Amino acid sequence: AGLAEHLQERRQDGAAEVSAREQDMEKSRPLWDNPLQFVFACISYAVGLGNVWRFPYLCQMYGGGGFLIPYIIMLIVEGMPLLYLELAVGQRMRQGSIGAWKIISPYLCGVGIASVVVSFFLSMYYNVINAWAFWYLFHSFQNPLPWAACPLNSNRTEYEEECKKTSSTQYFWYRQTLNISPSLEASGAVQWEQALCLTLAWLVVYLCILRGTESTGKVVYFTASLPYCVLIIYLIRGLTLHGAVNGLIYMFTPKMEQLSNPKTWISAATQIFFSLGLGFGSLIAFASYNEPSNNCERHAIIVSLINSATSIFASIVTFSIYGFKATFNYESCINKVILLLLNAFDLEEGSLTADNLSEMKDYLMATHPQEYATLLPQLKNCSLEAELDTAVQGTGLAFIVYSEAIKNMEVSQLYSVLYFVMLLMLGIGSMLGNTAAILTPLTDNKVIATHLPKEAISGIVCFINCIIGLIFTMEAGNYWFDIFNDYAVTLSLLLIVLVETIAVCYIYGLRRFEKDLHTMTGRKPNWYWKVMWAFASPLLIISLFIFYLTDYILTGTLQYQAWDATQGQLVTKDYPSYALAVIGLLVASSTMCIPLGALLTLIRKRLKRERVSTVA
Amino acid sequence: YAWDVNEEYLFKAMVAFAMRRYSSKTTTQISNVLLCNVTDRVSFWFVVTDSSKNMTTVPGSQVEAAIRMNRNRINSAFLLSDKTLQFLKISSTLSPPVEPSTPVWLIVFGVVLCLIVAGIVFLVFAGIQQRKKKNKESTERENLEEKGEVTKTIENGIPCETLDLKAGHINGVFAADDERFTSL
Repeated sequence: AGLAEHLQERRQDGAAEVSAREQDMEKSRPLWDNPLQFVFACISYAVGLGNVWRFPYLCQMYGGGGFLIPYIIMLIVEGMPLLYLELAVGQRMRQGSIGAWKIISPYLCGVGIASVVVSFFLSMYYNVINAWAFWYLFHSFQNPLPWAACPLNSNRTEYEEECKKTSSTQYFWYRQTLNISPSLEASGAVQWEQALCLTLAWLVVYLCILRGTESTGKVVYFTASLPYCVLIIYLIRGLTLHGAVNGLIYMFTPKMEQLSNPKTWISAATQIFFSLGLGFGSLIAFASYNEPSNNCERHAIIVSLINSATSIFASIVTFSIYGFKATFNYESCINKVILLLLNAFDLEEGSLTADNLSEMKDYLMATHPQEYATLLPQLKNCSLEAELDTAVQGTGLAFIVYSEAIKNMEVSQLYSVLYFVMLLMLGIGSMLGNTAAILTPLTDNKVIATHLPKEAISGIVCFINCIIGLIFTMEAGNYWFDIFNDYAVTLSLLLIVLVETIAVCYIYGLRRFEKDLHTMTGRKPNWYWKVMWAFASPLLIISLFIFYLTDYILTGTLQYQAWDATQGQLVTKDYPSYALAVIGLLVASSTMCIPLGALLTLIRKRLKRERVSTVA
Repeated sequence: YAWDVNEEYLFKAMVAFAMRRYSSKTTTQISNVLLCNVTDRVSFWFVVTDSSKNMTTVPGSQVEAAIRMNRNRINSAFLLSDKTLQFLKISSTLSPPVEPSTPVWLIVFGVVLCLIVAGIVFLVFAGIQQRKKKNKESTERENLEEKGEVTKTIENGIPCETLDLKAGHINGVFAADDERFTSL
């Protein structure tokens, strides 16, 4: 009995020393001023451009209102558990991603490094979007808006060739913003205007992360709340626009047959997964600055609910804008047809209207068959559904479709400024999370933190990213952007989160994790969370992973959309071999970190054991 | 407004006016302008005759040039524009967009850039000053300790400060051990 008591005393002393060391770390670790800053930081990070430009597209493609069913199911099954897991890990370990996974198991330091590498790739190309948003924002202070009308050609007789073939907004995006080259191989020169905007974007990010959580904590008040103000303004404006109802009806009529399409469920799962920003290490970094007693379960639920609600809200706005734009184009098309017929048949002004157009067309075809036949190729069949059907996602939606809708509103400069400020807030909010994911492990590392102050580390990271980001400002930069956007993070993230979930549940031990959460926050996780963590979420991620792999393998050569200036539209081309090599390198460099990290730790342990044994 | 005979009269007057201004002759009368084939669409052909040269028509190129010169006067007489009053074969030159000497976007860019750089410089300097103040404070505290003026919290007869900073140190073995918890 005496021995047992003695051992217990020793263990208690050990525990006291551990907690003393933790308090020692706590002394120096910065904290959020209040839990609200943490929630706002997570919301600002999770609510990003994907909510605005990817979710409406998915909604449209996969069954309108019916898409909400798989979306909400995936949110409950996959989104909330994984978010809770990451926040809990960060709050418990109180370190950035590298340190946190090293504590869980030293063989898992590769997971943390893979997270940092993936975050690094993301921050490289994501800030280019902010640069474009700045460009459009600065150009919104003109009357008329520069994308409202085509520029004239050199002898001022008519509009530019390229602009005539396509629309003025597309011309402004492809020619005046990107100055895009016809293919990936033709790299072209760095566009100095874009380079300036990129530098400004990185300076803004540096300003926000300069002082760590002090500055980030204040900035996220704005980046989280301002987009909602703008979305509300746009909602009111959008719903009162002429033709907005068409878009809304079109979007929300559920097409239930899409539910049987497996792609619907996979897209819902993918969207939830990437929208929350899991696996980058940002959530772990944010949570590591929390008080240990913080109720991260409630915060996880709040953040994921707000993220999904924002997606739905943004898609309402987007679809009323779509409806307005489609109706506007449809009516212009009808007016053009009417004008053509009036001029050709010398009819009185006002005799042809949109309502009697079809009857009059039949009448004209009957009375003047030859002239009508010659006119037929020019008479386009205007269809509202065709206009609404043009589903666009990504940069096309944000910059082309929205600017086209904005140019037709009254006081378009105001709406343009509001919209691009909102895009900037969303983009910068996500960038704060990304850079936090890179900087937190760096500042946690004792070696680097003693030699360089926080400001210098942030500055160096921003500077390196800015220099590399100049690639995306070249003429072929948008093609490289698409490569990074599609391939740099998707597969790696799935693998990282899979390893994370398995590590916490099976290597660290679910019971141990549960006990940690209990000591930390004072409440045990529900049976629901445990079931999700142990079974449902890993299974889901594995199936997503398998789907993506088979998809890539089955499609064979990867292709991309190149802008053809002569035709005025996008054409499909194959990637050259060096681009494929870059893609492979991107995926490999992040995924290989995990096994390499485990291998290196194994080797290091074996060397240490040998050294110890030889010394002894 | 409806197109009637009076409007046609005005049109003839405007064309005559254009011809007079262009060729500086004062002989063109309204009766020299002839309209034909007026349709409901309000489209018609017109010719200008030359009364001095025995009622032959003035060549089309001259008429075109005259109208081109006075296009905006003709437009405003009818409260129309280049888009709504169309002369076939006379394509209008499109007005070039107004371009200020410095592009507007550069001005806005410059303003925002200056603000951001000012913010960065301010924060960096504030950080450096804060660090200098903290260093000064900690050296001051060390000096005061040596003079024995700071109240020390004592534990086990050893002052806590020295425990933390100098003499005592955290048991590195326990911390450095990779496996903090004995595996079950």
